[in-house]
Amino acid sequence: MDPKTFKFNTKTLHSGYQPEKNAGSRAVPIYQTTSYMFEDTDSAAALYNLEKGGHVYTRLTNPTIAVLEERVAALEGGTGAVATASGMSAIFLTLMTILETGDHIVASSSLYGGTSNLLRFTLPKFGINTTFVKQRDTEGYKKAIQENTKCILGEILSNPINELMNLPAVAKIAHEAGIPMIVDSTYQTPYLCRPFNHGADVVVHSLTKWMGGHGTSMGGVLIEGGKFNWEQNDKFSSMTKPYEGYHGLSFTEEFGPVAFSMKARAEGMHNFGPTMSPTNAFNILQGIETLSLRMDKHCLNANLMVEFLSAHESVVWVSHPNTADYPDKELANKILPGGKGSMIAFGIRGGKQAGEVFLNNVKLASHLANVGDSRTLVIHPASTTHSQMDEKTLELAGIPQDLIRLSVGLEDIEDLKNDFNNAFHITKKTLAKNK
Amino acid sequence: MKLTVNKEEVFASTGGRTFDKKKPLIIFLHGSGFDHTVWMLQTRYFAFHGYSVLALDLPGHGLSKGESLTSIENMAEWVIGVIEVLGCDKVSLVGHSQGCLIGLECAARYPKIIKSLSLMGGSGNMAVNPILLSLAKKNDNKVVTLMMDWCHGPAGHFGTHSIPGMSHMNIGSALMTKKSLKHTLGVDLSACNNYTNGFEAAEKILLPVLIVLGDQDKMCPLKAGKKLTSIIKNSEMHIIKNCGHMMHLEEASKTLVILKKFIKLNYSTS
Repeated sequence: MDPKTFKFNTKTLHSGYQPEKNAGSRAVPIYQTTSYMFEDTDSAAALYNLEKGGHVYTRLTNPTIAVLEERVAALEGGTGAVATASGMSAIFLTLMTILETGDHIVASSSLYGGTSNLLRFTLPKFGINTTFVKQRDTEGYKKAIQENTKCILGEILSNPINELMNLPAVAKIAHEAGIPMIVDSTYQTPYLCRPFNHGADVVVHSLTKWMGGHGTSMGGVLIEGGKFNWEQNDKFSSMTKPYEGYHGLSFTEEFGPVAFSMKARAEGMHNFGPTMSPTNAFNILQGIETLSLRMDKHCLNANLMVEFLSAHESVVWVSHPNTADYPDKELANKILPGGKGSMIAFGIRGGKQAGEVFLNNVKLASHLANVGDSRTLVIHPASTTHSQMDEKTLELAGIPQDLIRLSVGLEDIEDLKNDFNNAFHITKKTLAKNK
Repeated sequence: MKLTVNKEEVFASTGGRTFDKKKPLIIFLHGSGFDHTVWMLQTRYFAFHGYSVLALDLPGHGLSKGESLTSIENMAEWVIGVIEVLGCDKVSLVGHSQGCLIGLECAARYPKIIKSLSLMGGSGNMAVNPILLSLAKKNDNKVVTLMMDWCHGPAGHFGTHSIPGMSHMNIGSALMTKKSLKHTLGVDLSACNNYTNGFEAAEKILLPVLIVLGDQDKMCPLKAGKKLTSIIKNSEMHIIKNCGHMMHLEEASKTLVILKKFIKLNYSTS
């Protein structure tokens, strides 16, 4: 006897939405409105007091965004989700939901530059400090935990160097310390990895990337796994005790497996206001409808580009879980069974100068700051996305000066190879001329 | 709120308000393998509108200590024990699924204490599929997926939670897997399966009874709920369309409207 619950692809198309509750509209409507009529004064009071569910004001919730949130929660296997204006605001909202002045974070040193900057410079202004640990130094995470540590934060594959975190082991360390494991799974999407199955407690995505998938719309989301026991210690009193910030509400007592997402919305979305636009939610939903088709093609093209770059005379090194010498292949197969993703890092022969010439001469690949577009994208992190890091921090994050980050798109592979061959050729000639 | 019953610590959610013995008491009883949080969209309303609310975690469930009780009769006596510890002399009971069986037994045994009874997805007996029983006793997570499938109607399978962004099926799974399946869900399902006194108990009940049913309930089919309604003398039945077994979550607002009307009429605060 097998359950007849919907499988992954069906969820990408249907979860979170019923046409009959929306005038029969087959596509998810865009509710472009700021606010919602109350039935009467009692109903208004009940909504404000969380006595019943519903929409009050789009800064908090919106019917189009709610479909996206529920769909992503369904795909990840989470109890609830809160969508935000961007991936960075999802990370900020996640951290602010559990952290207070004097708290401490343990984080991977290979986080995306924006996240790293938030932890290094912004949060210390509020008395929240971070100890950084090298992405693959599993025991290092344990050693870095202090009395006041409230979470471990990491990315499954580091940006941009593609080092793999041993998520099950690091999550176990977090749980032994009574703190949650927070994972940014943007590179994977729920199609390639289900972090809750490997010990994560909160998953964060930049929906701007592969989930939306077309480079049109900004968005982020946090998803709650619903199994972390916030009441096991006194570390999370704003969730487990009556909270003055919301009429004396105890989020864990009232909302159990959705306590974290309820607090994130009721406090964070209300007080910070990083709201996604309903139109962006619609656009991202369109992307999610084809998530598995696109991710299969992204991964296929990435594998072919790994082979191409690994054999190319202009390339010094390639980093991707499918390279022959990748150090954590077995772990990668365990955590990423559906594909290893479409991000490739490679070192161009000739260093930083060669990188600049190469980027100025690709025609099909786009030189820009995003990843996870349907089109192929390239960038030189040391001078752009990670430019706020000094040389020492770049070294700690494992970002060499010659590194080019490649986000492989959905183009025909021969066209991509031709574009790269041409740019490599010009680079080689230019460097030879300048000698 | 924590209290001690039979020397074990018991947890009960008070709906966000401090328990006040002077206010009329409503006790909410969860179904097999769940805990107090399934009532999140009903308890706060009553707690903020003149009632004292306790959504109990049965022993061994949620935040309550101790071991799960092995029979519906024991669960009913335990609920009466909670009321005695509180020093209350009257209560309105609201039960879901297994909670309905407990409610029936309490109401038949203690008509002077129980003043009204509201039954969500209930019947007089609940024979449990032997595969579910076997999987739960073996701690096999497949029982949870099957239960989530059968417990939910369209709102659960497609989504559209009353609270924006929440997932019915995954919340249910998280609640059920919070503790050992064998020691919570497995014990509960056995207790439901072994209970045979429901219809006899129902015949004795004279107090006002509300029965809320989902027309797509696979765990407690409509005809079983209708049979129970026909037996209870002072009962009223409401059928929620396109709704499965989890009406208090799947159709939380409709359920609350029905419950508010019934309780205000039959168990007023004045």
